[in-house]
Amino acid sequence: MSDQTNNSVAFVRTEEVPSMPPPYTASGPVKWARDNLFSTPANSVLTIVALYVIYMILSGTMPWVLNGIWDSPSLSACREILDGKSGACFAVLTERWNQLLFGFKYPVDLYWRPTIAFVLFFFAAAPVLFFDLPRKLLIFTGLYPFIAFWLIWGGEIGTPITALIGVAVGYLVYSRLVASNFALGFFSGIAAAFVVWLVVGAVLPTGMIEEGSMRSVPSRDLGGFMLNMMLGVTCVSLSVPIGIALALGRQSDMPLIKYICVVFIEFIRGVPLITLLFVASVMLAYFFPPEATVDLFLRVVIMITLFSAAYIAEVVRGGLAALPKGQYEAADSLGLDYAQSMRLIILPQALKISIPGIVNVAVGLFKDTTLVSVISMFDLVGMIRGPILASTDWNGVYWELFGFAALLFFVVCYGISQYSQWLERRLATDHR
Amino acid sequence: MTTITDPPQGSFRLSMLLSDTRYRSLTLQAIAAICLALAIWYLGNNVAKNLAKLGLNIDFGFLGVPAGYDINQRLIEYTSQSTNLRAAFVGILNTLLVAFLACTLATIFGVLAGVLRLSNNWIVSKLMAVYVELFRNIPVLIWIVIIFTIMTAVLPGPRAFRGDEATASMLFDAFAFTNRGIYLPAPVWGAGSMVVVVTFLLSIVGVIGYRRYATKLLYDTGRMLPTFLPSLAIFFLPTILMFFIMGMPIGLEYPELKGFNFKGGIKIGGPLIAIWFALSIYTGAFIAENVRAGIQAVSKGQTEAAAALGLRSGRIMSLVVLPQALRVIIPPLISNYLNITKNSSLAILVGYADVTATLGGITLNQTGRAIECVLLLMLFYLVISLSISAVINVYNNAIKLKER
Repeated sequence: MSDQTNNSVAFVRTEEVPSMPPPYTASGPVKWARDNLFSTPANSVLTIVALYVIYMILSGTMPWVLNGIWDSPSLSACREILDGKSGACFAVLTERWNQLLFGFKYPVDLYWRPTIAFVLFFFAAAPVLFFDLPRKLLIFTGLYPFIAFWLIWGGEIGTPITALIGVAVGYLVYSRLVASNFALGFFSGIAAAFVVWLVVGAVLPTGMIEEGSMRSVPSRDLGGFMLNMMLGVTCVSLSVPIGIALALGRQSDMPLIKYICVVFIEFIRGVPLITLLFVASVMLAYFFPPEATVDLFLRVVIMITLFSAAYIAEVVRGGLAALPKGQYEAADSLGLDYAQSMRLIILPQALKISIPGIVNVAVGLFKDTTLVSVISMFDLVGMIRGPILASTDWNGVYWELFGFAALLFFVVCYGISQYSQWLERRLATDHR
Repeated sequence: MTTITDPPQGSFRLSMLLSDTRYRSLTLQAIAAICLALAIWYLGNNVAKNLAKLGLNIDFGFLGVPAGYDINQRLIEYTSQSTNLRAAFVGILNTLLVAFLACTLATIFGVLAGVLRLSNNWIVSKLMAVYVELFRNIPVLIWIVIIFTIMTAVLPGPRAFRGDEATASMLFDAFAFTNRGIYLPAPVWGAGSMVVVVTFLLSIVGVIGYRRYATKLLYDTGRMLPTFLPSLAIFFLPTILMFFIMGMPIGLEYPELKGFNFKGGIKIGGPLIAIWFALSIYTGAFIAENVRAGIQAVSKGQTEAAAALGLRSGRIMSLVVLPQALRVIIPPLISNYLNITKNSSLAILVGYADVTATLGGITLNQTGRAIECVLLLMLFYLVISLSISAVINVYNNAIKLKER
């Protein structure tokens, strides 16, 4: 057989031929472009239209951005330098940088204080955002509100220290008693904190700690992006616990408590934030005792917190409803009481489900802090529309300023949403 | 092993109010009721004291007083001598107008962007992703201000349209984009135009009737009638015929430059455009995400099963994918409409006379009736949003999966 083959065939290849590379249209960028850009005639048209749109946008903006003038005292000077060419006057950003960030009334020599508070914020937020960091760092997170308050508003160091001692004592009492009964621990903790505040406040006369005092800055002098950050951070962190409480209240089988929560949530969610800000600016003062003067910042914080608490409550309610009924029944069958089953079984799972929703609310809230410019607080947008565009130097510089504001918000909000996606992947413990 | 213990029948002790689950919830609710009553009493008392101190009282009589200010964007008759109540109504209608316009446009943007984001064209889907991320992550307030600035500071004034070396010109001689607003041709209804309109309405009825008949025929006999071209013909032909038979009664009135401003045509003010367009493009980004999620929620098996049955791709979309996707898309879509309505209150920022600007702005500042104005304002928005949530609930019940 083999002989025959050898004789009848002149040549037999014994080694394998190296495979040819695929035709250039079936691999590499050409194939990719064919598959993804020009697969059908309609797709090709879409691609060309999209490329044209991108070209138009880039050709419109790039020269303007690249020609930008970064150093000039006023718009007219900037236009002179440009000499009729298309170009941005980014000089407004460099010249008014501090105003954009801190507002126009914050004392110039005290800018370092909010800056330090801002830097420390990252250290305080890190252990909350990233679970792998040592848990001991949470102590700093607990201290941060008092430090930040003292840094931004200044004044006597006695005030934040008194507040801190009260909170610390309250927490100690709570952690002692919580093992036997949650409600007992919770309420005694609050009571202890109030007692400490009253006692220390009475013992410590004002102006005793002279060396710890810093120049105090009234709230109405806050402004710029700092105000947006402060409102966003304060209101989100305050509204999460309130929102969880509201959601639990809405799930409660006690009709009175349930309906209080339902009415509150539906009312807040039914009205626009701007009407609530009107309430804060013109109406809320009527609800405080006549002799009390509550400043606008605090009133706005109260209203925005209530607003976002209602939205967070709905998100958490979704998480609670998504848990299988077996979890509730399992907790009951273990003999846990309501507070224990919620703290140990239900909420850890429900909150995990709610994280994307809570982050959405947080992003929305941070964007909504710009609304305070409507009630004449000078946040970033208020600064731009008010003092900066109204000044004779920079009247008419629109795109540089709005672009800057948009960029700041985009960076923060996009960052938060990316973090939330990372967290979701991180917390996904189900089998896939 | 299992013993069912009856509740102890002993006499009632005071500690049972907290320790016995039968009484505990009653105790807690009683405490809550007392706290609530105390809070209401405290706040009410403070309000009463503050009002007394300022010499004010709660009184809605200001609504009947002439408002004394002008509103240039209005849908109903209004002069500065009209009452504050009428000003509020003008505002309400303006809110509803901008909400309706923005909902329509946002749906168009959202559906387009959502569908294109799923396109297998790489560059288009990336472009749409950029659109969605860009607009979702920047406050709507900044968008409103940006578009308003385009309207007022970038567009040319009517003066630029004048003379021989005009720097601006009208589009098709019919549309003028000026910094005072956009001017469009207005229809002029001549004698006999009603006949044309009625014919048009009848032909819409005709289209629906024809499609129903075609469906019925398909289900009864299996015979398929062409629907697209006949519908098109029924839609357009009778109206066009009637239009020429009646001697072209409907004409267009073009805006013209007279003096220092445009006259004639329809004027859409800059503030309305700013708030309308900004809300649409901002909410469109959210709707795009809903649409994408809805389409992706339909499992691939459904499409494949439909293809295996031999359906064409258009019919797979309209008969299999869309009905299931709409179930996911519509509830968040409606809540986005609700958001548009609430966000339209930002119109106050650009001077569009919506209800927040009339009732909550000028009327409030002129009369000083802060509590009454803000309460009425909240009531209006509450009514709107509660009715929209009622619609969502009705829809959700109607489309609930019927499990048997």
